[in-house]
Amino acid sequence: MNHRRLAGLLLVLALFGAACTGNGDEGENGGAVNQRDFRFVVVTHGQASDPFWSVAANGVNAAADDMGVQVEYQAPETFDMVAMSQLIDAAVASEPDGLVVSIPDADALGPSIQAAVDAGIPVISMNSGSDVFADLGVLVHVGQTEFEAGLIAGQRFADEGVKNAICINQEVGNVALDLRCQGFEKGLGEKVPVIPVDLADPTGAQETVSGVLQQQSDLDGILTLGPTGAEPTLAALDQAGLLGEVKFATFDLSPEVLEAIDGGDMLFAIDQAQYLQGYLPIVLLTKYMETGALPLGSVDRVILTGPQIVTQETAAQVVDYSAEGLR
Amino acid sequence: MATETAPRPGVARDERVRRVRLVSRLLSRPELGAVVGLAVVWTFFAVVAFDNNFVSWSATAAILNRAAPLGILAVAVALLMIAGEFDLSIGSILGFCGMAIMLLVTPEAAGGFGWSLWPAILVALVLAVLTGLVNGWLVITTKLPSFIITLGTLFIFRGLTVAITRLRTNRTQLGNLDEVPGFDLAEKLFAAKLTLFGSTFNVSILWWVGLTLLATWVLLRTRQGNWIFGTGGAVDAARNVGVPVRAVKMALFVTTAFAGFLVATIQAVEFTGADTLRGQGQEFQAIIAAVVGGCLLTGGYGSAVGAAVGALIFGLVQQGIVITGIQGDWYQVFIGGVLVVAVILNNFVRLKAAARR
Repeated sequence: MNHRRLAGLLLVLALFGAACTGNGDEGENGGAVNQRDFRFVVVTHGQASDPFWSVAANGVNAAADDMGVQVEYQAPETFDMVAMSQLIDAAVASEPDGLVVSIPDADALGPSIQAAVDAGIPVISMNSGSDVFADLGVLVHVGQTEFEAGLIAGQRFADEGVKNAICINQEVGNVALDLRCQGFEKGLGEKVPVIPVDLADPTGAQETVSGVLQQQSDLDGILTLGPTGAEPTLAALDQAGLLGEVKFATFDLSPEVLEAIDGGDMLFAIDQAQYLQGYLPIVLLTKYMETGALPLGSVDRVILTGPQIVTQETAAQVVDYSAEGLR
Repeated sequence: MATETAPRPGVARDERVRRVRLVSRLLSRPELGAVVGLAVVWTFFAVVAFDNNFVSWSATAAILNRAAPLGILAVAVALLMIAGEFDLSIGSILGFCGMAIMLLVTPEAAGGFGWSLWPAILVALVLAVLTGLVNGWLVITTKLPSFIITLGTLFIFRGLTVAITRLRTNRTQLGNLDEVPGFDLAEKLFAAKLTLFGSTFNVSILWWVGLTLLATWVLLRTRQGNWIFGTGGAVDAARNVGVPVRAVKMALFVTTAFAGFLVATIQAVEFTGADTLRGQGQEFQAIIAAVVGGCLLTGGYGSAVGAAVGALIFGLVQQGIVITGIQGDWYQVFIGGVLVVAVILNNFVRLKAAARR
């Protein structure tokens, strides 16, 4: 390879790099001029393959456009607390004006979040960590209290007369999901086994649920904790011919889930409005930078975005929003 | 009795004993391409992310802290790759050892055994050595490609981790390691934080550097290092010359398992817990780091320093993307791009250096 070709290759690389960062700046604001010179970084545990998180990311981007600030969204490729803490460290090193994080594992992420707080960066948490955020110095939490949401689900199932239920967890290791199953068990008043599946493997999840359905013939209730658990379960129930017979409800929305509720195949879905969990922290941080004040939500500084129960009466209205990635 | 005599004019000196200039020696090192790549990538980010504080101690600390655990794995994987074998199960061994430690120290009420920390660490070390021996024994006796064998053990060890943990505790993540007796000493050894220039550096960086130096010394200055190169470069010729090929491979599989154990312990102490998914995918990152660092996939060529530089490039790209402010979605595009460019660059440098000699 002669010198000219090498120089040409390096030039192409440099242009590529410039293009990427150029796009990065514009992409955040959709062409709108930065009205405010703030830069925030959002680090969540949300895997790209989980449709739940793309809705949250949509909320983040919409808030960046509306507020006229620069926001970057970072997440590890798989559920990996070590990688997530390293992403937080890098974000802190880049000295942003504010940081938004989810806290699915306070033991693993605590030191990195503490370092951000110690560096003087305002931190807001969202989605996971409603019971641990305050000890880490995080200002407010935007999300849903998971145990209470699970409790509500359990009580509704008990009202429907369910005796044998299972709780399907598609993201093991996330303490928030463990809390949902625990709340569900308390609300139902019966023992509820937790069945783990992998959210990145829908076929495997469907097979796992089919196996459980075959094995436990007296199963009359299923709770899933997200659309990546709900959709394979719907398929498994359909295959076994048990749609509508086994009481089925889920956390979080997706177009398929809403159609199932509308059609009577699912009882309800507990929506935590993850779009708002992405949108609100950016708005709060912008105003905090400008005024120094934050709304505190409830007494324990949680701004609740859920649980919002979507039932057959309301499902049809929400479907269009969900198809647009807004619910 | 030999005496130095000046070369007679007109008579060519034996080219095997001619002096090689330092520059030529440096240019022919396997890690040269990786070092050049490192300089290019760092300069790229320094220019593009200057406003975001990239050229700073805190950014450097974030990069080094990210690269250190991968670097420890990459050095061991590089040694094995030079000997012509792969270990794809190193990530699973990492998860296995981490959960083994946590299971042994978790209180009995929660399904564990209630031990204190140091006996648990020792047991995890023994388990790691055993997994390495299993890998090595399977590869040697079946004579199948180690790629396939360790791909199988990747799943077996990961499956054991998940199954045994859930069987005993119904959970996939165990924490509260800081409440276990023996934690304070372990923290000093594996998870101490050094504050320099206002930023915190993990002690895992020292482990990484130390192991790289040790591996380099073994490879370049000992007979065993020659054995490793021989086993990877021309295994039949090496065997005929008397190199104990089977023992070399066995020892290297145990080395990679040990690296997995070390990183598992460091991370368990640093994050005061472990989960069953820890380490997943690290085996591929370690191989990429070794290849970016100049090791040939076919074996017989490479260096531990190269693997260390490869791991550093990895950490640089990951943290650099976040600091620059590029959306995280583009991370995989960048890593793939860096890998391809680095391999091309390595090839180019290696051919040029060989032509010069």
